[in-house]
Amino acid sequence: MDRLKQWRPLGAIILALALDKYLPDSSQHPPVEEPYLTYALILLALIFGLAPLSRRFSAAFSEKIKEKADFYAVFFLFLNLWNVVTKKYCLLPAIFFPNPDRILSVLVEDYHYLFVDCLGSSAKLLLLGFVSGAAVGLLTGIAVGFSKKAAYWVNPIIRILGPMPPTAWIPIVLVAFPSTFQGAVFLIALSVWFPTTIMTASGILNVQNAFFEVASTLGAGRSYQIFHVGIPAAMPFIFIGIFTGACASFITLMTAEMVGVKNGIGWYINWQRQMLSYANVYAGLIIIALSFYSLITLLFKMRDHVLVWQKGVIKW
Amino acid sequence: MVAGQIRIEDVVKIFRHHDGQETRALSGIDFTVEAGEFVSLIGPSGCGKSTLLRLIAGLEEANSGALYLDGQKITRPDAQRGLVFQNPYLFPWLTVQANVSFGLKARKVYREKKDEVKKFLHLVGLKDFGQVYPHQLSGGMAQRASLARALINRPRVLLLDEPLGALDAFTRMNMQDEILRIRQEEQITMIMVTHDVDEAIYLSDRIVIMTPGPAKIETVKKVPFPRPRARSYPDFLRLRSDILNILNFGGHLEEPPYQI
Repeated sequence: MDRLKQWRPLGAIILALALDKYLPDSSQHPPVEEPYLTYALILLALIFGLAPLSRRFSAAFSEKIKEKADFYAVFFLFLNLWNVVTKKYCLLPAIFFPNPDRILSVLVEDYHYLFVDCLGSSAKLLLLGFVSGAAVGLLTGIAVGFSKKAAYWVNPIIRILGPMPPTAWIPIVLVAFPSTFQGAVFLIALSVWFPTTIMTASGILNVQNAFFEVASTLGAGRSYQIFHVGIPAAMPFIFIGIFTGACASFITLMTAEMVGVKNGIGWYINWQRQMLSYANVYAGLIIIALSFYSLITLLFKMRDHVLVWQKGVIKW
Repeated sequence: MVAGQIRIEDVVKIFRHHDGQETRALSGIDFTVEAGEFVSLIGPSGCGKSTLLRLIAGLEEANSGALYLDGQKITRPDAQRGLVFQNPYLFPWLTVQANVSFGLKARKVYREKKDEVKKFLHLVGLKDFGQVYPHQLSGGMAQRASLARALINRPRVLLLDEPLGALDAFTRMNMQDEILRIRQEEQITMIMVTHDVDEAIYLSDRIVIMTPGPAKIETVKKVPFPRPRARSYPDFLRLRSDILNILNFGGHLEEPPYQI
């Protein structure tokens, strides 16, 4: 039984291939240039067919596939169901619910435009906003955490501006900045800045005083205590701030691109929606899901590296 | 001359609370710990022994009177007066080795004194645990690491605030021998706060018995026994019952002595 388990995904893929080949297509779905779904399924069949046999080359990969076998099998069944409901019987309006072939064709045929032009523009915007917001947030948080004077002046500003959704500033940002791109960078930075500041300051204020006392009896001066006790001890909090900020920055990025910036993956989705090209909309959504998933995974990898001494604040 | 004399001159410490009330934590403490001496501060909670230790460390300021290390007034914490708490407070984000190196790096002498780290890890019996993070250590090991971290600065005085209070009885006795051995090798003054009369007699040259309300020194007892000491030695037990009597924990027997 256990040996059969690892073959379940392959079974689901073969079923999908068979149904795609032998069921007649609905006439309401426009045809595509190449049978992309068939290609994709054959590729998947190769991966999931070889994985159980690849144990002697890559035990970890084979083990991972085996552990998640049921999940993959159900996922392929869902893909199959979607294909049958759309392409084969057209049970949903074809214009809003394109079939997998159409979406794959967009991903393949518009590859350069989607991944280089749109995703590249979004990445540039996100990176600039995220890095500047996180940097300023860290500095503000450290200042507020360590200096009573800074806390006196900055705390009210954080408390009033912080909870405002950064996107509420869009009308002002559109006129205040020379370009919408710069305005969007500002908004993304703002959405990262708030959680990073709050969590950095709280993290520092929550450090047990005894750690500073120990450090001072070991000969550490004020600045050494800030950089070698306060900040490292606050790292778990700081990471939560940056993680929350990253999630907020994704929302801001999408909104900024949909209402102002004339480029990027969010803009692309909105544009294709207006053109009623829903296959392109889904393609854009898939790209967003995969890239944000990768970014968050990367962030957690960095967390695990920095916080080896303290794992598992947020599980990913 | 061996350095490490602590002079405590008429020290008064008053804590003011938020509601305006005042607690006299220490009222007129006058005492000298000689260089190289091992002194224990003992007494019930509220007698101000930990406060006195914090004053020597420089973590608190006296309201009147002053404290001196080798004639120099104590104004703030310094690496010459190392401190070990009951909770080891190892920095959890640093490995044991990095924890021990902390003082050297903070004082910017790490480059010249790198080799000391290995030496002090060895001294406290942790030479194979340098790369381990604190959460992987047992209570006794963590306290050893914290001792090494304080000792690597070669302080003239080591202040111990109930350092073994959180350990089980056997680990505790082991650690007492460990502290004596370290003291022998490093020749430094040690001042220890403890609740444990046996521990105080086993380790100290003199025992300062403090009482609360007002917090002051009741008596100072000399421990005239050579080391190593035996905990069941009759003089040891006699001194023990003396101290317990001073602290009003002597008790008395109504029946003739137990028959075992």
